Amino acid sequence: MWFWKLNCLVDSKAIGFRTMDFELMHHQEEFRELIESFAAKEIAPYADLWDERGEFPLDTILKLGELGAFGITFPEEFGGLNLEFSTLCIAIEELAKVDSSVAITLSAGVGLGANPIFSFGSQEQKMRYLPSMCEGKALGAFGLTEPDAGSDAGATRTKVRLDEKTNEWVISGSKAYITNSGTPITSVITVTARDEDGVSTFLVPSGTPGLVVEPSYRKLGWHASDTHGLSLDEVRLPYENLLGAKGRGFAQFLSILDDGRIAIAALALGLIEGCLAESIEYAKTRNAFGGPIGRYQAVAFMCSDMATKASAARHLVYHAAWLKDNSKPYKQAAAMAKLFATEAAVEVSRSATQIFGGAGFIEGNAVARHYRDAKILEIGEGTSEIQRLVIARSLGLPQK
Amino acid sequence: MKIAVCVKQIPDPAAPAKMDANYNLARDTKLIMDESDSYGVEMALQLVDKAGAGEVVLFSMAPGEEVSGLRNALAMGAHRAVLISDPRLAGSDALSTAKVLAKAIGRESFDLVLAATESSDGYTGTTPVQIAELLDLPSVTFAKGIEVKGESLIVARQTEAGFDEIEVPTPALVTVTAGVVEPRYPNFKGIMAAKSKPVEKLSIDDLAFSPDSVGASGARETITSIRPAESRGAGTVVVDEGDGFAKIIEYLESLKVI
Repeated sequence: MWFWKLNCLVDSKAIGFRTMDFELMHHQEEFRELIESFAAKEIAPYADLWDERGEFPLDTILKLGELGAFGITFPEEFGGLNLEFSTLCIAIEELAKVDSSVAITLSAGVGLGANPIFSFGSQEQKMRYLPSMCEGKALGAFGLTEPDAGSDAGATRTKVRLDEKTNEWVISGSKAYITNSGTPITSVITVTARDEDGVSTFLVPSGTPGLVVEPSYRKLGWHASDTHGLSLDEVRLPYENLLGAKGRGFAQFLSILDDGRIAIAALALGLIEGCLAESIEYAKTRNAFGGPIGRYQAVAFMCSDMATKASAARHLVYHAAWLKDNSKPYKQAAAMAKLFATEAAVEVSRSATQIFGGAGFIEGNAVARHYRDAKILEIGEGTSEIQRLVIARSLGLPQK
Repeated sequence: MKIAVCVKQIPDPAAPAKMDANYNLARDTKLIMDESDSYGVEMALQLVDKAGAGEVVLFSMAPGEEVSGLRNALAMGAHRAVLISDPRLAGSDALSTAKVLAKAIGRESFDLVLAATESSDGYTGTTPVQIAELLDLPSVTFAKGIEVKGESLIVARQTEAGFDEIEVPTPALVTVTAGVVEPRYPNFKGIMAAKSKPVEKLSIDDLAFSPDSVGASGARETITSIRPAESRGAGTVVVDEGDGFAKIIEYLESLKVI
């Protein structure tokens, strides 16, 4: 917020009156350049290899942590930089231009791992977990989705009871599709569980007896991202591992997901831009019928549509982030950004593979990977249908 | 250990270059730190880290108020920077540049002055040794490594055959070969910290130069013409008709490489 105001002042001085501003702030452009060069040197050359092997790129994630990417939005007392959410979105966008798996590791690490602890944790819980997360030396995960509770997350079946003799929480149930839950640096998983008071959230440290991290899924995309099912069998936790107020779990995860939606939209934007750049390059250099295929409107118009979608997505994403950074209501804007950007990502990656023709169907080609990676964006952190529901509610339509 | 590092801010090599009417590279675009200089910055930071204490000070001569290249090196960890900027410096040749940098550096005492072997835009490769001469410092070129030994430096100087080990007393000037160290990424904290690190701006008056001794009027070199480098000719296509191996051997023998 502070930076935004400063930026306005600088602009008004320069041109004599105050104006709307669509430019990145100076430090944001520097961060963007840093992530761009990091992605080009440390990620792009290996992205296909990690994808093929289904390998979580631990060393690269640790290096990304050294840059400070995981601490962007958190206060300095926890080792963060206390900067804007929009700056985090820039980092996610830049990574996603090259590799969605690395981008989601950052997005989920911050939004789903650290953010619940920061937003609802006690000072002691924050001091215990946040500093190593801000440094990117530890990752947190958010165990919300269950085999029978996805979009209907309120239907959580995982059970919790208090063992009054030992003053311990005892949790049993199972979770599905939990990002960053089984990496070598996963330190804690925030788990939702239900009792007669409703849904509450609990901090389950990695390695707690009874917590079983199941083998990695065979996913359509995001192969280098760490995703597991979890089973919790009589997992016993000290009383102080309750996160925030008892019975407030439903409200907690709704607010966490609002932030996550903007981040996923930023990821989708990056993927769109990655596809666009690859397509333009290919359209210039691939020859057919005596010249580059970009001469043909069939190809050129696909590129025009991609660029237009990228621009529209960009404005939705950063407007939503700006609303959040300026403490304005952003629920509707976040849902719109996520809905549009992720559906555009699926469309754009399809066009990109079409421009590449047969080459776009071959693994090892970035657009083929983008095509597979795009689909989950319409599903994770609230499906497109849920986004439409959120938007519809914001329009004042009658509810069922 | 106190180290001066010469850092050139150059037009982004990825952007198309423009020349002015005097065949000088147009520098009115965004300038970035010459990648060649990032190795000197990294080496200086490593030496100061190893010494346990010290300071890395950047010196740059550039038109306008451009400091983004310097900010990059400050974000990597350099402590402060000195920018010599004056419209009267436009058109300076290598010697004028060396005079200006030497005078700015000479206002303080340093244990070591580091520079790249050559810049990526002008490529004269003469400025560093001219600075050494003007400051009356011993110089060692093409360093691939520097170690401190008491009041001396042990410099590994790259040669065609390998490297020479040269002992040189401090203070000294050393030029660093590109690629010999891995420049660190500035991290986000470094980028934010760099904003408040001091950048001293000097004019030629601050360094007591008369306007006719530097810049275009003081230059002893003029660029009379430029032309594009000759493009490489088409190669010879050899069709393998079962004797490809022999043809390759014959070709390599004709080059006297085997």
